[in-house]
Amino acid sequence: MPDVTSSHPAFLTLSGISKRYAGVRALEGVDFACERGKIHAVLGENGAGKSTLIKIIAGVVQPDTGTMRLGGREVTFATPSAANAAGVVCIFQELSLMPDLSVADNISIASPPRRFGLIDARAQRRRAEELLAEIGCEDVNPLMRVRDLPLSRRQVVEIAKALGKKPQLLILDEATSALTSADVEKVYAMLARLKAEGVAILYISHRMHEVEALADRASVFRNGRHIETFDQGRRSTADIVQLMIGRDIAAQYPPKPARGSPKPMLAVDNLSWDKRLDRISLSVGAGEIVGLGGLDGQGQKSLLLALFGVLRGVSGQVTVEGREVRPGSPAAAKSVGIALVPEDRKTEGLMLPMSIADNLVIASLDAISTGPLVDRARETDAIKRAIARLQIKIGAPGDAVATLSGGNQQKVVLAKWLMTDPRIILLNDPTRGIDVGTKQELYRLMRELADQGAAILFYSTDYDELIGCCDRVAIMYDGRIVRELWGDELNETNIIASALNIDAATPDTPGAAHA
Amino acid sequence: MLDDVAIRIRQNIGIVTAVLLFSILYLLYNLAHPKGFSSAVLVQNGDEIFALAMLAMAQTVPVLASGLDLSVGAVMTMVGCFASYLLTGAAGGTALHLDIFGLHLGLGTFPGGVSGILLGIVICLAIGALAGFVNGCVVVYGRIQPIIATLATGAVYIGIALFLRPTPGGKIDEDLNWALTNSLGDFAATVHIFDDGAAPWFAPVAWIPVPFVLLVLIALLVWVPFRRSVLGRAVYAVGSAEGAAYMSGLPIERAKIAAFTLAGFFAGCGGLFLAIQTSSGNADIPQAGAYTLNSIASVVIGGTSLLGGTGSAIGSIFGAMVLRVISFFFRIFDIAPLLQPLFEGLILLAAVSIGALGVLRVKNTLELFR
Repeated sequence: MPDVTSSHPAFLTLSGISKRYAGVRALEGVDFACERGKIHAVLGENGAGKSTLIKIIAGVVQPDTGTMRLGGREVTFATPSAANAAGVVCIFQELSLMPDLSVADNISIASPPRRFGLIDARAQRRRAEELLAEIGCEDVNPLMRVRDLPLSRRQVVEIAKALGKKPQLLILDEATSALTSADVEKVYAMLARLKAEGVAILYISHRMHEVEALADRASVFRNGRHIETFDQGRRSTADIVQLMIGRDIAAQYPPKPARGSPKPMLAVDNLSWDKRLDRISLSVGAGEIVGLGGLDGQGQKSLLLALFGVLRGVSGQVTVEGREVRPGSPAAAKSVGIALVPEDRKTEGLMLPMSIADNLVIASLDAISTGPLVDRARETDAIKRAIARLQIKIGAPGDAVATLSGGNQQKVVLAKWLMTDPRIILLNDPTRGIDVGTKQELYRLMRELADQGAAILFYSTDYDELIGCCDRVAIMYDGRIVRELWGDELNETNIIASALNIDAATPDTPGAAHA
Repeated sequence: MLDDVAIRIRQNIGIVTAVLLFSILYLLYNLAHPKGFSSAVLVQNGDEIFALAMLAMAQTVPVLASGLDLSVGAVMTMVGCFASYLLTGAAGGTALHLDIFGLHLGLGTFPGGVSGILLGIVICLAIGALAGFVNGCVVVYGRIQPIIATLATGAVYIGIALFLRPTPGGKIDEDLNWALTNSLGDFAATVHIFDDGAAPWFAPVAWIPVPFVLLVLIALLVWVPFRRSVLGRAVYAVGSAEGAAYMSGLPIERAKIAAFTLAGFFAGCGGLFLAIQTSSGNADIPQAGAYTLNSIASVVIGGTSLLGGTGSAIGSIFGAMVLRVISFFFRIFDIAPLLQPLFEGLILLAAVSIGALGVLRVKNTLELFR
């Protein structure tokens, strides 16, 4: 591994760290080190293993193999608080705040200042004010409940909470993703101060310009492996993008039909919602699979939820086959022929304790009922056909759906919606956590549905999949569609460049010739 | 500064609403009552409010931790039955024995007199706390949902109460009954302090009912310190976001056990008072059930969210008082008492609807189901 040798002893050293989740490799033999007084960026695609890496360092999960040394001593952290006690503090993407408690309560939650054994509210408030002032966000009132703060301010509180633990090693996992640009500047200044004080800082971010502005060194991860570590300035942005992509064996995808001019099925015009969707315009034709790409959390999920009638206060126009629709609930969306395979199949897609049969027909009960009664014969028939069509591997239709494998569960979710004969199918990362074989069946099924005239809007965190399956891909960044890619332009370099909202894909940039 | 006050009012809007509702109702009640604004009326009301106020406080603590305690009424009843043996105050003490499986076991003599009464009170409160501690352990270590766990343990506690008092009976020291269920002046006269309550400086406060004083003392000496302790904070944190509480390194299990133990203690206070007030022990099953349900209603009226994380036992006290004042009205206006549940239900619905208005602001309807 071409690691840059350094004169300083490493503060944190990982050697041979591996981690699997239910047989799926998340990290494989990772060696990694970072130093005091340095800001060290960790880069990689979605699923490259960055999150697992920091979860191991922060004591959230334990590695299967490998050792971790902190300041020369071997350590194992059984819990996040054990890591905190050793000076390792992580600011996670999913906030660890308690929404009903005040800002001051949250900041001091682990070790509040006490007087006569009781929490000293005044000292606690002063402490919160000091820490918030240290970041430069004095405008947050420590008395406010976290629930009543906007997301950007919550993230500030999260940072203040971490600062209060006096970290020796501070990990920021996309900690600036929700901040306003003014606050980002303040956080930069704070990080520079901590760095000068000798704190080791691990910085995970998808924003390349942030990494360029901040980091002293950077490490690239791909597919659970540590690829390379280099000092800032040694690699061009295009090089880094190449390192992140690598050259993986592509999955098998069904052939795409020649691109005609499909008749528009779903048209979205100027759709906005709650600062998280910003004037989205998009159309999906009958027989077309349109991908939604970009980094996680850029509004793709919100867009699908908005179309499915889950969100309130959506502005803009949505038309289905030329007729304006305004679904106010999933039931209304269903009635105009929209189906959604949701993000979390275990809570939003399936009723796990209920049988496979019950889950299959739950969305199309009207179609198989006579009056208020479900027609048993038609029900049995419909279930048989669905199971055969999707080749769902089951014991008996009466078994609880929880007994199926992840891939087969996802097939049940999809089959449930196919039974409603949808014109528009919205897919929210449907292949996440699913084995390769089932993935390919799903790809084939998507193409089949499109060929039968359905319009498919497909969000995926897997770029390879977007390229292989989609006729067109819309890349989202910060609630907007920043670019649409199709034909020759639809390649990984362009997707990543657009997802990072940088301009690395100009033809004269070295390294972009691949694809 | 004004900002801070505004924030605090907004955050405690539930409690503020309950206090206002109670004040208005109670003012109207006193205006309509022929002997309104008198110590006698106040004393009577205090006696009627105390036990429910205690149970409302009891229910609040598990609810704050996102649990529900269906055993508070049973704990109250059981402690009352114990009290009817231990608080007789008989001069020579009380001989205790256990008749079980055909055996007659002598348990010795429980002391009488003032020291015996004080010891009896301590034991009764300890039994309440122990019952709550058992609830907490079943929930935490048995990993059973609080609502089911306490449904079961509540039946056990009622069983113990029935075993102790198959029929209503027992006795409570008469002086104790008199001292605690009347005004401060009567209390002083009974226990012979402040010149038997005749001291001139004592006169301005002599009219205050003892139950109110006890209520304030328990709130100040037990609830307020708990709320400001690390454990109390952890209870709120668990109810607000258990995952985040875990990630912050809080003692989640200890917090839950503490919540149920404190609930048992408060319920024990209620049972003790009810026994003293009625001078007997009575394993009254319908009464235990009614108290449990009313305690939940009081918690909700007092502005505590059944989802946990927000609210306060102080609010629940006012919630209990609102419920009780409604029933007072039936006495002074000539309304058929049979209509009482109907009105209580309507008022509960109205109070809860106010709390549910926040739902209208949710922008992602999926959040309603989390």
